[in-house]
Amino acid sequence: MTGALLNLQQCSVRFGGLTAVSAFDLQIGAQDLVGMIGPNGAGKTTVFNIITGVYRPTDGSITFENVAIAGLKPSNIARRGIARTFQNIRLFPTLNVFDNVRSGFNQRLRHGLAHALWRMGTFYREENEVARQVDELLEIFDLGKFRDVLCGSLSYGDQRRLEIVRALATRPKLLLLDEPAAGMNPREKEELMELIQFVKQKFEIAVLLVEHDMKVVMGICQRVTVLDYGIKIAEGTPAEVQKNPKVIEAYLGGEKKKA
Amino acid sequence: MNYRHIKKWLLLAAIILSGFASHFSDAINAYYLQVVIFIGINIILAVGLNLINGYTGQFSLGHAGFMAIGAYVSAYLSNEHSAGFFHALGGASFFSVAALFLGVLIAGGLAAAVAGLIVGVPSLRLKGDYLAIVTLGFGEIIRVVIQNTDAVGGPRGYGGIASYTTLFWTYSIVAITIYVVVSLIDSTYGRGFLTVRDDAVAAEAVGINPTRYKVTAFVLGAFFAGIAGGLYAHSTTYINPSGFDFQRSIEIVIMVILGGMGSTAGVTFAAILLTLLLEYLRFVSGYQWLPEIVRRIAANRVIIYSLVLIALMLLRPQGLFGWLPRRGVPVGSARVKRTKLPPHAP
Ligand SMILES: Nc1ncnc2c1ncn2[C@@H]1O[C@H](COP(=O)(O)OP(=O)(O)OP(=O)(O)O)[C@@H](O)[C@H]1O
Ligand SMILES: [Mg+2]
Repeated sequence: MTGALLNLQQCSVRFGGLTAVSAFDLQIGAQDLVGMIGPNGAGKTTVFNIITGVYRPTDGSITFENVAIAGLKPSNIARRGIARTFQNIRLFPTLNVFDNVRSGFNQRLRHGLAHALWRMGTFYREENEVARQVDELLEIFDLGKFRDVLCGSLSYGDQRRLEIVRALATRPKLLLLDEPAAGMNPREKEELMELIQFVKQKFEIAVLLVEHDMKVVMGICQRVTVLDYGIKIAEGTPAEVQKNPKVIEAYLGGEKKKA
Repeated sequence: MNYRHIKKWLLLAAIILSGFASHFSDAINAYYLQVVIFIGINIILAVGLNLINGYTGQFSLGHAGFMAIGAYVSAYLSNEHSAGFFHALGGASFFSVAALFLGVLIAGGLAAAVAGLIVGVPSLRLKGDYLAIVTLGFGEIIRVVIQNTDAVGGPRGYGGIASYTTLFWTYSIVAITIYVVVSLIDSTYGRGFLTVRDDAVAAEAVGINPTRYKVTAFVLGAFFAGIAGGLYAHSTTYINPSGFDFQRSIEIVIMVILGGMGSTAGVTFAAILLTLLLEYLRFVSGYQWLPEIVRRIAANRVIIYSLVLIALMLLRPQGLFGWLPRRGVPVGSARVKRTKLPPHAP
């Protein structure tokens, strides 16, 4: 399918004998909001990892804006416009909130060595412009008051939000969110749903959302893909997916296993 | 005058000041002068290594190897080629000596930087402790190679090096090194270093290529070590391979740890303190009135380093100078709440 922003075709990932993802197809168009659900160990994070280049798919092809990206370095893929958050929050623990967000600008703003050492006007203009944009982002997400504190001292929900802001600072076209609602209370989850929709509109980006919380996924996604044991078992609108017997089976089975 | 340029003015002031100090250095006891110059050389080494071990979170154990390269390359050039150089410039004037010395120092630094690139590019892809082992091996290889190179005296050492190193040269270069590192840390380079240290996977996810920053830090650190080696060779006028052994590398690593890993000011003070301490212990080991066991301990640097490190870990895990300004707080310090890492990759 040309025209799709991201296109995964027949992607498989094997870790030794374990097939974490199997012949997986996924298309995401510009400014789509797609959900991906599935029981624990279904392979959702692994899909994120092959899209972002952390792993190379064992088989299959991945294109982003019609360019093959499988096998590229994660940093290269990020520069092409795919940003992500992590299931276990990965902020930069020794940097403050401001610098965490500023790190997202680093790749676009690479003054040469000479510039960094012999700072003239352009260096400061560039730096001030970045600082202004970082502060603007922090204000939009109501994190301005934490500007100078270490990110570790933020609440869990704020850390998750900060990770999203850092991802947005790279000016992505596609944002991957890995269980952003994990560990949030119901009120924070409500806010998160609003936030995701706001981000999608304001920054005009596509979002791929992995989430265990059905209410969150069903509430905001236009389309939902369901994974079980690395295989896509259903795809469609939230209403269609919810009624799908295979999905109910996978989730009930999953619940039983957990119990 | 713009306050933005204050660092440049400070740099200029430091260079002029070291020129003045140098001018009056004849008045200083030769031994003290030597110690002050060694302090400067150790500051350059430690501040350079801090770029690698402190700011970028690598663990290099081969800094003495890079120093050795700088020392031997610059000494060889100034020994073998100064006559031709002076002849071409019409005699050994103040300026031709300065040009020669600057030239050989930079050549030594560049040689060390190239070595850093050759060692760094393949090994910086390795995770964690492997780099420590590779750099340790590298340092030993350099030493063995020098021991077997007759052109620079092999195990007998290499002497007859002109005594060019002065307070001016040493402390101008100290000032330049500090200026470069401080400016770099407060730029996209520095932010790259710190993010790579904190979490390389997250750094990649925001488009930062960790290898690029690790190699940059490593090569720069090696370059400064090479320059320091050149200053050292032209200060002692005689160098020998065992002066650049594993213990020397450890010594520099300890300065970085004492200084709090990632604080240029802290590492500078730590270099001063440790150099003074080691000099002082040389006297202690000679005091006959002390019990023999104390003298033996004082003479054994390995024991001293271990004691210093144990004391530091127990009393001040954030480094001696935890209150000094720094960019980013060192990993492992009490002030940092580390976000939990996943059981396997991201
Ligand atoms: N690096 C790895 N090496 C070996 N096995 C792995 C690796 N990464 C993931 N797996 C395995 O692949 C399978 C899919 O894991 P993945 O993390 O993608 O699941 P998930 O759908 O994200 O689950 P969860 O909801 O718990 O986050 C699991 O069985 C997991 O143990
Ligand atoms: Mg997961």
